[in-house]
Amino acid sequence: MSAPLLELDAVSRRFSRKISLGDRIAAKLGAPVETREVRAVENVSLSVMKGETLGLVGESGCGKSTLGRIAAGILPPSAGTARLDGKPVMAEDGRHQKLTTRVQTVFQDPFASLNPRKRIGETIGEGPLAHGLIDRAGSRAYVAEQLSRVGLDPSYASRFPHQFSGGQRQRIAIARALAMKPDLLICDEPVASLDVSIQAQVLNLFLDLRRALNLTAIFISHDLGVVRHLSDRVAIMYLGRIVEIGPANEIYAAPKHPYTQALLASVPRLNRHREGRTAFKPIAGELPSPLSPPPGCHFHPRCALATERCRTEPPQLRPLGPMRWAACHLAE
Amino acid sequence: MTAALEVRGLKTHFFTRSGAVKAVDGVDLSIERGRVLGLVGESGSGKSVTGLSILGLIDHPGRIVEGSVRLDGQELVGLDRDASRRVRGRRIAMIFQDPMMTLNPVLRVGTQMSMALRAHETVSNAVVRERSLKALGKVGLPAPEQCLAAYPHQLSGGMRQRVAIAIALLHSPSVIVADEPTTALDVSIQAQILQEMQRLGAETGVALVWITHDLAVVSSLAHDIAVMYAGRIVEYGPTADVLAQPRHPYTRGLLDSVPGEAEPGEKLAQIPGSIPALIDLPPGCAFRARCSRATGACETMPEIADIGGRLARCFHPLEAA
Ligand SMILES: Nc1ncnc2c1ncn2[C@@H]1O[C@H](COP(=O)(O)OP(=O)(O)OP(=O)(O)O)[C@@H](O)[C@H]1O
Ligand SMILES: Nc1ncnc2c1ncn2[C@@H]1O[C@H](COP(=O)(O)OP(=O)(O)OP(=O)(O)O)[C@@H](O)[C@H]1O
Ligand code: SF4
Ligand code: SF4
Ligand SMILES: [Mg+2]
Ligand SMILES: [Mg+2]
Repeated sequence: MSAPLLELDAVSRRFSRKISLGDRIAAKLGAPVETREVRAVENVSLSVMKGETLGLVGESGCGKSTLGRIAAGILPPSAGTARLDGKPVMAEDGRHQKLTTRVQTVFQDPFASLNPRKRIGETIGEGPLAHGLIDRAGSRAYVAEQLSRVGLDPSYASRFPHQFSGGQRQRIAIARALAMKPDLLICDEPVASLDVSIQAQVLNLFLDLRRALNLTAIFISHDLGVVRHLSDRVAIMYLGRIVEIGPANEIYAAPKHPYTQALLASVPRLNRHREGRTAFKPIAGELPSPLSPPPGCHFHPRCALATERCRTEPPQLRPLGPMRWAACHLAE
Repeated sequence: MTAALEVRGLKTHFFTRSGAVKAVDGVDLSIERGRVLGLVGESGSGKSVTGLSILGLIDHPGRIVEGSVRLDGQELVGLDRDASRRVRGRRIAMIFQDPMMTLNPVLRVGTQMSMALRAHETVSNAVVRERSLKALGKVGLPAPEQCLAAYPHQLSGGMRQRVAIAIALLHSPSVIVADEPTTALDVSIQAQILQEMQRLGAETGVALVWITHDLAVVSSLAHDIAVMYAGRIVEYGPTADVLAQPRHPYTRGLLDSVPGEAEPGEKLAQIPGSIPALIDLPPGCAFRARCSRATGACETMPEIADIGGRLARCFHPLEAA
């Protein structure tokens, strides 16, 4: 773990709000229509070291998937650059082409991401074949190897996705990604739709493969327990910004940002030590709309410590100890 | 004291073209006023069908084939449609994962609350308004007045769920069955709702059946826990006892699978295999194929039995430490 493999340099991504039929009619009639934008990701810089797993957590809509897709080179940022080993992951000349196969992605819903009409052997083999990682003669053996690596019988190559359970489909999606021999794997909620017993099987597979292949990974999840289990470092996002980043064990033991503290306190704990029912400690207030995030610190309407400064001046990420960063005016 | 809800030998089967799906196959539950029962299990174990059966909401091709559901002592199984409708919404209510199962998208919240109230009572406009506002306040909605005037789509997911809960509370029912009501919500909103429910249970004396696959939620919320597997309850007892010392191998496996408890980066204990289909289950313990303690004895179905202050359905339960 020394050189950064992936670097995100001040990336932002805006989406213009979908224009509804009503808006279009209003515009035709000459009424002013606001064109508001979602700032899904706002000026995020981070790096992922070789061999490291970075966990990315936050509540829905905070920009995790958008950031993951930018890192994977499948979504162009509105500003900033994503680089792998110093080279951009996406062409910057307006063609928006993904430039590398060295980053691969595993998504939440394995059913949606597997072509239902293709046998899974073809699904797994087509990428490596197209990119010359293997030749047609070696394809069969290669696919068999990928399947057994994720704990599936090689004979499954001739089956279709609907013949598999959710957990098996997620293994297939992992096999397909790994068949491209990626250096960086981006997992976007890969276990979110699985039952705990199946989730444990897939998480164990991930731990094994990571060790065996020395994988670097970004692991996106809203499940703080899953992220803690897998990650070396964790980044916490809130409304498009990273509010805290640092070693997983330290952040879970002693979060510095008020949002991280509140989020960790909100998560119900599985209490196996006979302490009886516990009180919930929720964060006050609703998650603000990403269409009009609060000015200054995005968290200020829900923060018990907020001051006048927090309402106007956005806090920058600043170092608060070895490898620890938080974006809060007051955190120390 | 009669239990608020008493379920005995409940069997609900779906008669499909490929055979009978024994979704619920002999469930016993009992819950008293002011208590919370957590009904947990993995996907397809029969939790929702249990909840729907309690409310009398099972439709063709499904049917309650056996058993009894008593609400404050009154038998609900076998009630005709009208009698069943008089009970539902008034003395027993259900909250769903998707609040839009309860809410009508084209009506204002106030209109819907008024309809829900007037389905069972004759009340004046002023009383409707007063009771609606009170119910919305109870579930922690910050601006009840504005909420009454809003359409569901103008509210966030968390607020919609609160409205659904407020409607469930309108008639001060004895029992509320909540089927994964916070599963689709963000953790910060989930924690708010769990806190409100914990308070409401204590304040109103409503008995809550809380259905979830999330053991951590049950751990903080429920007095008792019932673990379901393949249509049956396999372990049932005080939450703290069951979580601290599971006796059924499946409960133990489930608890050990949860990350967050284990040492980070270490392999999680995992249960091999997956849940069997509920059509043509082979005889015997349904967990057999995945169980490390299985013996020849397990080829017959174990009865659920009292083992030291809780119930477990297993021939070879884990030892009490
Ligand atoms: N293609 C798109 N068009 C318009 N808006 C988008 C698009 N993709 C994402 N957004 C918006 O950007 C914001 C961030 O979305 P994103 O999917 O990255 O969040 P997330 O953290 O992955 O959330 P979740 O936990 O729900 O998956 C959201 O407000 C979302 O509505
Ligand atoms: N209308 C139906 N027709 C046929 N089978 C059904 C029907 N409804 C439910 N089932 C079956 O009954 C079983 C139990 O389903 P149920 O919805 O109760 O599971 P659950 O424990 O609530 O799962 P989840 O956690 O996924 O909500 C499943 O095998 C399901 O396929
Ligand atoms: S900057 Fe201010 S409002 Fe934001 S988290 Fe820190 S104290 Fe709270
Ligand atoms: S009855 Fe047998 S198979 Fe079933 S859980 Fe107990 S030991 Fe395992
Ligand atoms: Mg996402
Ligand atoms: Mg269900």
